[in-house]
Amino acid sequence: MMPVILWTDALVFLLIAVGFASAWYIRQRPHLMLPWQRVARSSVGMVSLLVLSLFLLVGLLDSLHSRAALPEKSNGQTVYSPEVLSVFDTLAKGLRSRTEKTYSAPLAAYLYAKESMEAPDSKVARDYPRLKYGGAHLADPQRDLAGDVVRRALLGAAGGLLAGVFLITVVLASFPRRRESSGFEPKAFSNGWIPAFAGMTGNKTFRAVLITALLLATLIGAIANLATVYHVIGTDKVGQDVLYLSLKSIRTGLVIGTVTTLVMLPFALLLGVAAGYLRGWVDDVIQYVYTVLSSIPSVLLIAAAVLMMQVVIEMHADWFETSAARADVRLLCLCLILGVTSWTGLCRLLRGETLKLREMEYIQAAQAFGVSSLRILTRHVMPNVMHIVLISVVMDFSALVLSEAVLSYVGVGVDPTTISFGTMINAARMEMGRDPMVWWALAAAFGFMLVLVLAANLFADAVRDAFDPRLNRTEGVT
Amino acid sequence: MIAYLIRRILYAIPILIGVNLLTFALFFVVNTPDDMARMQLGIKRVTPDAIEKWKQQRGYDKPLLLNSAASGAGKITDTIFWRKSASMFVFDFGYSDDGRNISREIQTRMMPSLAIALPTFLIGLVVYVSFALLLTLFRGTALDIAGVALCVLLMSVSGLFYIIGGQFVVSKLWHLVPISGYDGGMGGFKFVALPILIGVAGGVGSSSRWYRTIFLEEIGKDYVRTARAKGLSELRVLFRHVLKNAMIPILTGVVVVIPLLFMGSLLTESFFGIPGLGSYTIDAINAQDFGVVRAMVFLGSVLYIVGLILTDVSYTMVDPRVRLQ
Repeated sequence: MMPVILWTDALVFLLIAVGFASAWYIRQRPHLMLPWQRVARSSVGMVSLLVLSLFLLVGLLDSLHSRAALPEKSNGQTVYSPEVLSVFDTLAKGLRSRTEKTYSAPLAAYLYAKESMEAPDSKVARDYPRLKYGGAHLADPQRDLAGDVVRRALLGAAGGLLAGVFLITVVLASFPRRRESSGFEPKAFSNGWIPAFAGMTGNKTFRAVLITALLLATLIGAIANLATVYHVIGTDKVGQDVLYLSLKSIRTGLVIGTVTTLVMLPFALLLGVAAGYLRGWVDDVIQYVYTVLSSIPSVLLIAAAVLMMQVVIEMHADWFETSAARADVRLLCLCLILGVTSWTGLCRLLRGETLKLREMEYIQAAQAFGVSSLRILTRHVMPNVMHIVLISVVMDFSALVLSEAVLSYVGVGVDPTTISFGTMINAARMEMGRDPMVWWALAAAFGFMLVLVLAANLFADAVRDAFDPRLNRTEGVT
Repeated sequence: MIAYLIRRILYAIPILIGVNLLTFALFFVVNTPDDMARMQLGIKRVTPDAIEKWKQQRGYDKPLLLNSAASGAGKITDTIFWRKSASMFVFDFGYSDDGRNISREIQTRMMPSLAIALPTFLIGLVVYVSFALLLTLFRGTALDIAGVALCVLLMSVSGLFYIIGGQFVVSKLWHLVPISGYDGGMGGFKFVALPILIGVAGGVGSSSRWYRTIFLEEIGKDYVRTARAKGLSELRVLFRHVLKNAMIPILTGVVVVIPLLFMGSLLTESFFGIPGLGSYTIDAINAQDFGVVRAMVFLGSVLYIVGLILTDVSYTMVDPRVRLQ
């Protein structure tokens, strides 16, 4: 095994590290904790955060890549397989390797297309052949399929529920004191976790999260148990399991939604704040740059940049060791391009806010004390525009995930070999005209995307409500 | 007013020069014309002759910025930058890869784009604002909460889903309108009805929610309380006072897109086979026709800047306090 760190992997983990660092920083400071405690009190916000963290878990597992060592060696050196696999691929080995010949419907035991088959009495008849893996354990699918599916689903659901209960108990038992800071009743935690648990079930937010977690555990259990012997959402044109493709797409969506923000944030923050604070020619230059960039319709700018990037990548095929590395660089470039086109909005907002802040008395006091511009910017201005940054980052995420699908359709999205919602929709779109219709790949892509984007939107709303200073609230009364 | 307009138009010129230089850098400096030729002709087996021929056909065989071989003004004018990039300022876009005049193509394709985009825009505006007013009228009630929840749900659905789903249900299952195609004149109605409907439906979520936020912000202000205090009905307050005062934020978002309607919508046009500028762009992207993409980038930014100027002018119409100087 040779670990492979792709560019986007590195950035994703950098982002996680930044996230943990800022969480630790915020925990030390009660005034920064306050808005987050408001988020923690919102049922919708916490439930959507739970769903998002499941997606995030899949995405992170899918971001740890390695190349397996091949058994044969060439002059003493280990040779590595050209295939780059992630931890998620290893975990979902069954899903990945059980490929059929072509389309098959969800939970089917037969192929979608008829084939000529030789019957035992050596007559050739056209019929639907059995699937190689889906429902292969059944003697007579016509008779046993429905019963078997229900039995396995119920068994899996029960297992999932038990596992969920166990997991939640472990989590609650290991951090009984953590709850204090996230807005739940502190006094319930003074003696052990059983009374604490009893106290918390009275809390509306906690109850909502608990119920969602158990429902999700049940659902995942049922699907996981079915997936061992069936293709739960069918197979695609080349027989790949659609569930596997959907789960793989999550990483691409998350990378586009988060890495884009990561690469654009420093520019937007620095330039926006500098333009607003320094005024004069700096302001003119920065305004000129973002007006030029924002005056080009974003799809066209992205298309132009991606076309050019394609030429560069095609011309320098020797830069990349594996095709996965190549696809990954393309994904990273797409993030960079999306970042360039989307930083202008945030930059303008930050400039406006800084213009307002620099007239504030505390900034003027700092200036009167002779504090340097750089220090005023970092100590006094930036912390006070952070809520704008945070709100726009969480708001942008869902828009970016959606735009990936559109861009892939236009032909300027991710590499065709990268599994993403866009490439799935693109491939499935062609099959709408078939009869009977092949709807499952399309439904899976749209369904997963809807859940991800909806959760992100709801979480973004909760964050915005908690951070927006324009909303009047009376602290401590609630 | 006239002086202001002239000054705004003069301000636009440096921005357009910036756009022009950016596209020039993107298309000719990041990649040399040689690279583009190799990309188009196939990477491996391509002879230098073929590359030269490809470049000559498109006029890419000249120096980029300065032609030292030419004499006089030719030093500057006989270059790729002058011929291909600077010429766009007089809307001379040159020829596409299949030998058609891009400017003429743009003129003929503007009408179909407009036939879809303009009704979508107008109907959409009316629907979104009315829905938002309805939610504002019933603010805080179950209807409002359900409406906002619906908006969030609708805006979480991919735009592609509206198109694919709409085509499937309306055209394939119900056979109400043809799946795709276009026809000028009155016969075209059956072709444009579905794209317009889908275009309107696709924007309900985000737009209505946005307008509702604007209205709610206005409704908390003192003049609204005064209006209610003097006994006006809630409907009258909403239409006579809130709607009028919310015009500035609404216009800021709305007027700027009016000129861009000419560009059409990439997705809708390509799914419904509308021969407009959107499908023209998408075809050019897929065929890697760089000339057309460059032309559309420039045209798009010109229209955007026109939109910005129109926005400023529209402010004076709804708000007498705004004076353009």
